[in-house]
Amino acid sequence: MPVDRNMNILIVDDYKTMLRIVRNLLKQLGFDNVDEATDGSAALQKLREKPYQLVISDWNMEPMTGLQLLKEVRADTKLKETPFIMITAESKTENVIEAKKAGVSNYIVKPFNADTLKAKLNSVLGAF
Amino acid sequence: MVAQTDPAMVADVVRQVVSTLQGDLTPADLKLFHEIEELSQYIARARREIAELRTEEIRAHHIPAATDELDAIVAATEEATGSILDSAERIEEVATSLDGPNEQALSEAVTRIYEACNFQDITGQRISKVVKTLKHIELKVDNLVQAFGGYAAAQETIRRPGPLSDDDLLNGPALPAEACKQDEIDALLASFD
Repeated sequence: MPVDRNMNILIVDDYKTMLRIVRNLLKQLGFDNVDEATDGSAALQKLREKPYQLVISDWNMEPMTGLQLLKEVRADTKLKETPFIMITAESKTENVIEAKKAGVSNYIVKPFNADTLKAKLNSVLGAF
Repeated sequence: MVAQTDPAMVADVVRQVVSTLQGDLTPADLKLFHEIEELSQYIARARREIAELRTEEIRAHHIPAATDELDAIVAATEEATGSILDSAERIEEVATSLDGPNEQALSEAVTRIYEACNFQDITGQRISKVVKTLKHIELKVDNLVQAFGGYAAAQETIRRPGPLSDDDLLNGPALPAEACKQDEIDALLASFD
């Protein structure tokens, strides 16, 4: 099934520069319906207000981290199937393992490039 | 709670005990007393060295100034990155009015700019780590000073400040809140006329 470019995507990061970069790269790939949140709790609120087909989140945020957000999403019966990509500077093996155990769909290490983002989207959403 | 003991007092007591010891002393006793005396000298020397470090200045001025400078770096790089992204987005808009390979070439160049701007986030996180380390050092300095009698004791031998040297005057770029604006500098210069 072709990927719906009109899907709603939520990007979560406490650095507005990163939000802007991810938004612009997604736009270049044809995804225009992108909303933003600056930490896990704000993201969770948005996820409960409107349906999103993908979450792309940083890890290191306050008060709620990306990992906590991921766990909340996976524990919520309405949200648990939402694809979730972590984009983070946390690159240690134990981080990746912890995220995987929590149910992350894919994991991108910062700094990243457009090709990596596209490859991970392909992996999570299907080829486009 | 750990009781605070004045190290100078400890050193004096040790010295007095050693000086009043008389009679038959075994070699082991002498060795022990020698070790205790050395310990008292070590404590006194450590106090002097801490005083010379100007630990109060490290805590009150140097570390806060360093963290402010680092915060200013984060703010400046964030602002610069914002300006770069503004321009890249504008180029991308213009690129859509072009045809074929030119649009493609500009679009790819803009993508490289977006990718390069990742550095700002990484820089910010690295600097945050340095700030945390500085705060840890600040805490350790504080603990060290308290262990050797507190800041009042450390201040006892601090020299009075002399005239400003060239090194005192070379501070690099000032933080925005502390920096003089050009018109303030012009007014200051004019006041000498």
